[in-house]
Amino acid sequence: MRVAVLKGGRSLERQVSLRSGARVQDALERLGHVVIPIDVGTDLVDRLTDANPDIAFVALHGRDGEDGTVQELLEALGISYTGSGVSACIRAADKVLAKHAMRDQGIPTPDFYAFSETAFQALGAAQALPAIEERLQFPIVVKPATQGSALGIKFARTPADVPQALVAAFSYDRKVLLERHIQGRDLAVSIIEQGPGDGDRSRAARALPIVEAVPQQEDFYDFESRYEIGRTKFVCPAELEEAVAARAGEIALQVYSLLGCRGFGRVDLMLDSADQELYVLEADPIPGLTETSLLPQAADAAGLDFDELIGRILGAARP
Amino acid sequence: MSGAGGAHPGRPRSAARDIERYAALFAERTKVMKSSAMRDLMALTERPDVISLAGGWPDTSTFPPDSYAALMSTVASQSCARALQYGPTEGLSLVKHCIAKVMQAEGVEIDTDELLVTTGGQQVIDLVCKTLLDPGDVVVCEAPTYPGAVPTFCAYEAQVVQVTMDRDGMRTDQLEATLEELERSGQRPKFIYTVPTFHNPAGVTLSLERRSELVRIASQRELIVLEDNPYGLLRYEGSPLPTLRSLDDQFVIYASTFSKILSPGVRLGWAAAPAPVLEKMNIGKQASDLCSSSISQYFVSAYFDSRPWEDYVRSLIEIYRRRRDVMLDSLAEQFPREAEWTHPEGGLFIWATLPDYIDTTDLLARALDEHVAFVPGRAAFLDGRGGSSMRLNFSGVDEDQIREGIRRLGEVVREQVALYGTLTGARPTGQPVRRPATPPAPPVPRPPDEQLADVLRLPRKRA
Repeated sequence: MRVAVLKGGRSLERQVSLRSGARVQDALERLGHVVIPIDVGTDLVDRLTDANPDIAFVALHGRDGEDGTVQELLEALGISYTGSGVSACIRAADKVLAKHAMRDQGIPTPDFYAFSETAFQALGAAQALPAIEERLQFPIVVKPATQGSALGIKFARTPADVPQALVAAFSYDRKVLLERHIQGRDLAVSIIEQGPGDGDRSRAARALPIVEAVPQQEDFYDFESRYEIGRTKFVCPAELEEAVAARAGEIALQVYSLLGCRGFGRVDLMLDSADQELYVLEADPIPGLTETSLLPQAADAAGLDFDELIGRILGAARP
Repeated sequence: MSGAGGAHPGRPRSAARDIERYAALFAERTKVMKSSAMRDLMALTERPDVISLAGGWPDTSTFPPDSYAALMSTVASQSCARALQYGPTEGLSLVKHCIAKVMQAEGVEIDTDELLVTTGGQQVIDLVCKTLLDPGDVVVCEAPTYPGAVPTFCAYEAQVVQVTMDRDGMRTDQLEATLEELERSGQRPKFIYTVPTFHNPAGVTLSLERRSELVRIASQRELIVLEDNPYGLLRYEGSPLPTLRSLDDQFVIYASTFSKILSPGVRLGWAAAPAPVLEKMNIGKQASDLCSSSISQYFVSAYFDSRPWEDYVRSLIEIYRRRRDVMLDSLAEQFPREAEWTHPEGGLFIWATLPDYIDTTDLLARALDEHVAFVPGRAAFLDGRGGSSMRLNFSGVDEDQIREGIRRLGEVVREQVALYGTLTGARPTGQPVRRPATPPAPPVPRPPDEQLADVLRLPRKRA
């Protein structure tokens, strides 16, 4: 097959995407496909038209690539592509939409309030902050609605920290959320679908072994350590009670299906150390595929090497 | 699935196994090599649609292409075989003579035996660390310090102590206090790293009085000072000050480069150091790269033979002075009252400090949306300080781009100041204030945070 690998782009996660894309290209070549790498830019439509691929492998992260924009374009051009479709990307990339959907379905997610910059500027939302702080309790996590990775995520430990944290989060997005902080263990459930050739054409999604991220130094699993070898220890499969692991997998699959994800994805949860409850933080429609990314680690623990993983993702692509 | 032992030739090892295998092979010191988030953000500043005030780049478009062609042709016709050959580790003597001329212009008479030609000024920092530092040894430097020195210090597992600066450069009283405190705890720093003239990133210059103080302190305590002087000849106003090397030749290692007066592409710098130190550095360089590029050395030599080298520097000074003035004027027009910045008498950088509630690393993300970039202040500290400062370069882009870049930056800064005001009920103006472009007493980096005491001690970071 002729596979266009879409990578790079202009999002803040460009470098991560370039690393993901490079690994995907290598794997696809080893699998015998003709690979057309495309660093996504203003000439994307021309490049795709010239390349005339059978399928596009979307290895983009963050803005444009993961929020439905590129998917919409691929739909318009009639090119089939890997991973989730437009609507799932829109829902998953926006943490606020995703969390509302979860809450409506009774899926546990930390309490939150979300505001646009306009709410503060035109509606005096700042005056509601004390009430919000009262309800969420400190520390409060402040994050941009759509930024992937952990860029722009701040901890506010006192009321005095909140305005500064909001200013930082608004650097990344016009919408931000204030979320109750869950003290506990950081778990990632990766999900893949059975593709053709697996002897199961039902495309059933399954949860892979859970990866636990254990920060080695900072008290926060930050953007930096997420991609740097040695900064965070990853344990896979996470050492969890069987029932907890099963429940995490079940919740992750529920979220995956609720948002309408396809092909593959990852759902991040916290296991609250106080009450041992699980809470969903977010869903990632195109999780990283770099050397240090969690999905490939989880696949490996399930006995699926990187080439097989990429083969599966390709096989499960939208027709 | 693939096995770690290569049971499937040509198949990749899995990600998790890759991590385990490589992680086990990495040296301890790689764990203290920092970067990543900022490196990834900085990579975006190189997009062609971004006005980058982030680089430290001279404007090489000012060098006439026909001169370059003529010089290369001279190298080819006169020294082809030698230019294509290895050279001595310490550098070709014809280049050392060029260096001596440059140092003479800086007021230093130097014997060519006292010189080591290096691959850029950056290699001097590396070789000094390599020669002087054992893991855990103390290096004293300015706060902020040259961002490019940070990874080098980290790679040699140095314990870095940063001493506050003001408008007259490093506070020598605090330096002395720091050294005494270190002595009390039984630690003796190996060297003091400083960019005394047109500091990168702070844009300030060490006063004459403090220069004397610094070399007195160093010589009294028998400590090395690494004087990094890449910009000294790029002075746009005021009178030249003596280099530290000209005040003391016993304890000063002098580093400079052709990067800012000719071209960073030639990758040639140099060190002048006391003979025993130079000898060790020479051995260190031999291990690193045997010698610096012979082609570059012949190119530089041909360049110095072809014309008065000072002419090009004078033309650069004219260009950069105008660009600096445009940036200072633009800052005064566009930045809010709450911001302050330095007024460099030379060099390539202005250091701007915003209200402490603005994090410039986050601000960079917002600025990139507006297609403008700078270096977040944190890059110049080893401890996470500098969060509300930024380094702005005025040499790399033309005057119109500087105006437009600062306009866009001013807009996002004002936006954040106004938002903070809305959030706190405070009423910062958020409006730009017209200030004289050449204030008699330029604003300087903020005084040290009381909580941080006079001097910030940084434990060596281990992951």
